[in-house]
Amino acid sequence: MAYRPVHKIPSSEITPKSVYLNRRSLMAGAGAAFAAGMLPGHAWAKLETKPSKYGADLKPTAEEYITSYNNFYEFGTGKADPSENAGSLTTSPWSVKVDGLVAKPGTLALEDIVPKVQEDRTYRHRCVEAWSMVIPWVGFQLSDLLTKVEPLGSAKYVAFETLVRPDEMPGQKGFFQPLDWPYVEGLRLDEAMHPLTILATGLYGEELPNQNGAPLRLVVPWKYGFKSIKSIVRITLTEKEPPTTWNKAASNEYGFYSNVNPNVDHPRWSQATERPIGGGLLSQRQPTLMFNGYEDEVASLYTGMDLKKYF
Amino acid sequence: MSAISKLVDRLNGALKRVPVLPLYFVALVPGLWTFYQALAGQLGADPMRALEQGLGLWALRFMLATLAVTPLMRWPGIRLLRFRRMLGLTVFWYVLAHLTVYIVLDQQFYWLAIARDILKRPYIIFGMTAFVALVPMAITSNDLSVRRLGAMAWRNLHRLAYPAGVLMVLHYLWLVKSWTAGPLAYAALMALLLGLRLVPRGSSGRRRTREKSNARNVSTARA
Repeated sequence: MAYRPVHKIPSSEITPKSVYLNRRSLMAGAGAAFAAGMLPGHAWAKLETKPSKYGADLKPTAEEYITSYNNFYEFGTGKADPSENAGSLTTSPWSVKVDGLVAKPGTLALEDIVPKVQEDRTYRHRCVEAWSMVIPWVGFQLSDLLTKVEPLGSAKYVAFETLVRPDEMPGQKGFFQPLDWPYVEGLRLDEAMHPLTILATGLYGEELPNQNGAPLRLVVPWKYGFKSIKSIVRITLTEKEPPTTWNKAASNEYGFYSNVNPNVDHPRWSQATERPIGGGLLSQRQPTLMFNGYEDEVASLYTGMDLKKYF
Repeated sequence: MSAISKLVDRLNGALKRVPVLPLYFVALVPGLWTFYQALAGQLGADPMRALEQGLGLWALRFMLATLAVTPLMRWPGIRLLRFRRMLGLTVFWYVLAHLTVYIVLDQQFYWLAIARDILKRPYIIFGMTAFVALVPMAITSNDLSVRRLGAMAWRNLHRLAYPAGVLMVLHYLWLVKSWTAGPLAYAALMALLLGLRLVPRGSSGRRRTREKSNARNVSTARA
């Protein structure tokens, strides 16, 4: 039983009024309570946000689906496993180690990374398994953080790493491990600096539920979902292309770039169409868009590249 | 008489009294229940996929049950032969339902995509080939066909169950994104059930059972 009821949280972690706005602690409490079935689903702390120009025309997928249908193998390989098992993850305190080719390396507390007011960014989300959602993220541009730590001229790539904590992540325990831990991902520096690339801390205006990658996750909307690494604990600027988890698991199926591309099939299934989640049993397939519909914004990053070769 | 053989004899006695006919319907209950859940919105965010995979899994489970009949008869001596036709036909019904969901709800009659899948995708090829292998067995799963074909020909035809079983687990293994415990467990069980058939007959345990079953039926596998 992975649920951890609220009373098991040490009293040291219960938020005093003075740090009432320390939303991480609040989040841990609410998340655990939700997992224990004590509170209704909308108990997460509200975030302060401002609207952005992205995604005003998109109709978001229902919140219950976004928070109950997840690939987060640290909590199990089933789609419902993360929502069932992630409630016990401690997300406060949380810090991110920033190292590698930067002028200002260091370990940053989450509070020092996340701006007070974040943006609403509603993005299309396309899974490599050919299903899709529309998710109203709350976040800020990764470029804000990277600029602060001052990448050196030699930095060409950004590597990311997810938490390893088998005590709280049942998928990292046991005899059978589907992937190597930690989960690692990477972007080219120009992709990482692109205004569409965000670090998200929330969805639907509230703190991220643990199963969606709390407290801090990457969102790169023109790439397949597995590139958008969850629960990030380390960001490293590198000169060489960093290893990525799914590429290590099956290099012929998952490339470093993994841009959404209807013309390049997965070796085992077509990527030409996708099934939107939330339409029920009779949900209609729809055509998949080049770069997941963000072609105007990002195509110039790949000018002259053979996208079949660099899939 | 050892305790185990006493138990087996009692079990066989009880099994003899179980009527087969109702089981043809009982075996379909899990599938009908999954279908009901899909309609009632109880299968989560992606009910189509859950239904499709649920039906496929039940097909595989009944396939394993069908292929367990012979080893169970040979070693502990449990006589399930009366139920094998029911089990085998149930596999066919579940595979047919699984394929129907794939064509109607998953691919939505997008025949071009289906044709491309069949030509290009190993796991679809495995699944489709398994279905093709099941069709003649399903058609001939009746006494009339056994008489018409003759016991030998009928038995040879029904050896298609072995490749069909292998193809079904390959279909499952190939479609998941990474090596997960579930499909590997099904594959291991399939390998065990088929591997047991390679054990030479001389080493088989209970002579009494073997003679009885050999004398009476056409289907004790030798492969």
